[in-house]
Amino acid sequence: MAHHDHGKHGGKSYWLDSKRNVAKVFYALIAVDVLWLAADLLYKKKAEFDAWGGWADGGFGFYPVYGFVGAFLLVLAAKQMRRVLMRSEDYYEQRRDGGAS
Amino acid sequence: MAEFLLSPPLLLMLGSVVLAAAPRNVLPRTVLRALLLALPVYSLWRFWGLDLGDYAQFELFGQTLTLVRIDPLSRIFVVIFHLAALIGSVYSFYVRDNFQPLVGVFYAGSALGVVLAGDLWTLFLFWEVAAVSSALLVWVRRSGRAAGAGLRYLGMQMVSGVLLLAGIVLLRHEVGAAPGWAEFRNLTGFLENGGLGFSNLAATLIFLAFGLKAAFPLLHSWLIDAYPESTPAGAVFLSAFTTKFAIYALARAFPGQSELIWIGALMTAFPIFFAVIENDLRRVLAYSMTNQLGFMVVGIGIGTELAINGAVAHAFADILFKGLLFMAMGAVLYRVGHVNGSDLGGLYKSMPITTGLCIVGAASISAFPLFSAFATKSLIMSAAVYKEYFWLWLVLLFASAGVFHHAGIKIPFFAFFHHDSGIRCKEAPRSMIVAMVLAAAASMAIGLFPLAELWFGVANPFYELLPYPVDYDVYTTTHVITQSQLLFFSALAFATLMRTGLYPPELRSVNLDADWLYRRVGLRIWDGVATAFVTIHRAGYAAAERLAGAALETAQRHLGPQGFLGRSWLTASMALWVAVLLAAYLVVFYWRLA
Repeated sequence: MAHHDHGKHGGKSYWLDSKRNVAKVFYALIAVDVLWLAADLLYKKKAEFDAWGGWADGGFGFYPVYGFVGAFLLVLAAKQMRRVLMRSEDYYEQRRDGGAS
Repeated sequence: MAEFLLSPPLLLMLGSVVLAAAPRNVLPRTVLRALLLALPVYSLWRFWGLDLGDYAQFELFGQTLTLVRIDPLSRIFVVIFHLAALIGSVYSFYVRDNFQPLVGVFYAGSALGVVLAGDLWTLFLFWEVAAVSSALLVWVRRSGRAAGAGLRYLGMQMVSGVLLLAGIVLLRHEVGAAPGWAEFRNLTGFLENGGLGFSNLAATLIFLAFGLKAAFPLLHSWLIDAYPESTPAGAVFLSAFTTKFAIYALARAFPGQSELIWIGALMTAFPIFFAVIENDLRRVLAYSMTNQLGFMVVGIGIGTELAINGAVAHAFADILFKGLLFMAMGAVLYRVGHVNGSDLGGLYKSMPITTGLCIVGAASISAFPLFSAFATKSLIMSAAVYKEYFWLWLVLLFASAGVFHHAGIKIPFFAFFHHDSGIRCKEAPRSMIVAMVLAAAASMAIGLFPLAELWFGVANPFYELLPYPVDYDVYTTTHVITQSQLLFFSALAFATLMRTGLYPPELRSVNLDADWLYRRVGLRIWDGVATAFVTIHRAGYAAAERLAGAALETAQRHLGPQGFLGRSWLTASMALWVAVLLAAYLVVFYWRLA
């Protein structure tokens, strides 16, 4: 079973252990995203909806903007939900007080 | 007789019961396991040889019931339920005890009974058997939390059963025979009226019964509550059947019911917010399941052939990729002892194979091109576009970005990557890996079939299983590019939030959901009612006690040893009183005569 080893483990280091390599992954992701955005220039897309002047669905960069903004706002909104909804881990196990004997 | 015993539901149910009853010394574990795996394989092989039509009909109380009705809609569910039973059984061989796979296969048999039922009575019977047998899979964790969650789970499943029964009885009253699907749809006029209303109570009750098991909003929390409390294998079985046969039932009875569109849209959207802040990674998967069911419900609501195909195909794919994700998280649970995002991280070093397979599941649920949901969810999205539901389409697109965010990234990232938690453990047991490989291969096959059709002209066996003919190109340039853009920019949002520290940390916590209404508010109300009842009872008891005490005291005073009436009297005085009574009698007698 699992054993917890909080020190430096057996000397074996992994590529992702380095902060610099994690940063490389991030920049690579940005580069890939730029390429995907540029892909919009390479082909003709037929808009399915007239809404938003045909930009929704048909326009340049609609999916990238919608994906980025949607996911960003999703997380920020969920973070705010914690103020109302978050309880301690044993919330439902706590003894009921004031109940019938 | 063989037609009954060898029908898929009874074969799996009776087969698992016989295997469970066989003594250990007669049936060594490996033989038992081989036979257990042979059950779904043989059943599916036998089923494959049958043509569409009705089988195993029988008379009960003057009604003709149909155990097996094969049509294109039930057929695909029968196939996937067999596969799920097989994969789940293989997975569960990591424990020596065979209880879980035996119950799992039995439960799979009841689910097959639901999708093959040719009338509503038969459906109801299996509906209830599935409820009870699946509850066992929650309880098998044998923890206090699982005991409570299993009881709440069973309670909610029973509510669904009661609603269904009430609906069927009302319907039976009107048609005067065992209501079949055809009667149900003809009689109600439910679709023609185009709306829910108490004008047709039977249809409404049945709608709610199906909706509860399909995890409609506010009726969904049993799923979030119970599935993550089960064992690694229990959750894999649970994730496959109940919600999916509810989707089947909705597709069977309520295709094109417009309410389903908005119910489904809500289901796709709200769980992803919860999933972002949930710490228990299997609970994240439960939220993600509600979200995926939402896509299917939307498809049924739209109701075109393309949309129904999409809903059914997505149910098929979901069983595989959601099963795969539950299996991967189950492996972590088994090796580490918990699946809290707050305390995991860096497990790719210890469990590289599980990590890789989990990423296949993540890519599948996120609908990356080449993976399964890309070839299934797209049908639903396109159906929404063709019917020009603009706002619905926007919600579904948002939900798709959200799926990738919480299931595609969050699950693998917090379990296997993120910071190194220092946890070192063994790779998942072999049985788990084999099962995960099967699910991953099937998920990829679904995603690759359309490409094989496009490039090599090979017929797509998966699309051929769908209830309606498919005339749809998945791999168009536009579709591949737009979907990739959506997902990669959603990933960029995640990465940006992580690097800027805006992403909410995983915290050991519980988030309130609809079950709070009965686990807290309902409990408080119950406590209040109980307290009031006890108070009234006590006050009444005390008053009665006082009254009785006073009466007793009075009686004591007059009749007791010291009391006036309890004293010993002289015979003479008694004779005197008798004389007085007789004299009084004489007086009264004469007065009456006069």
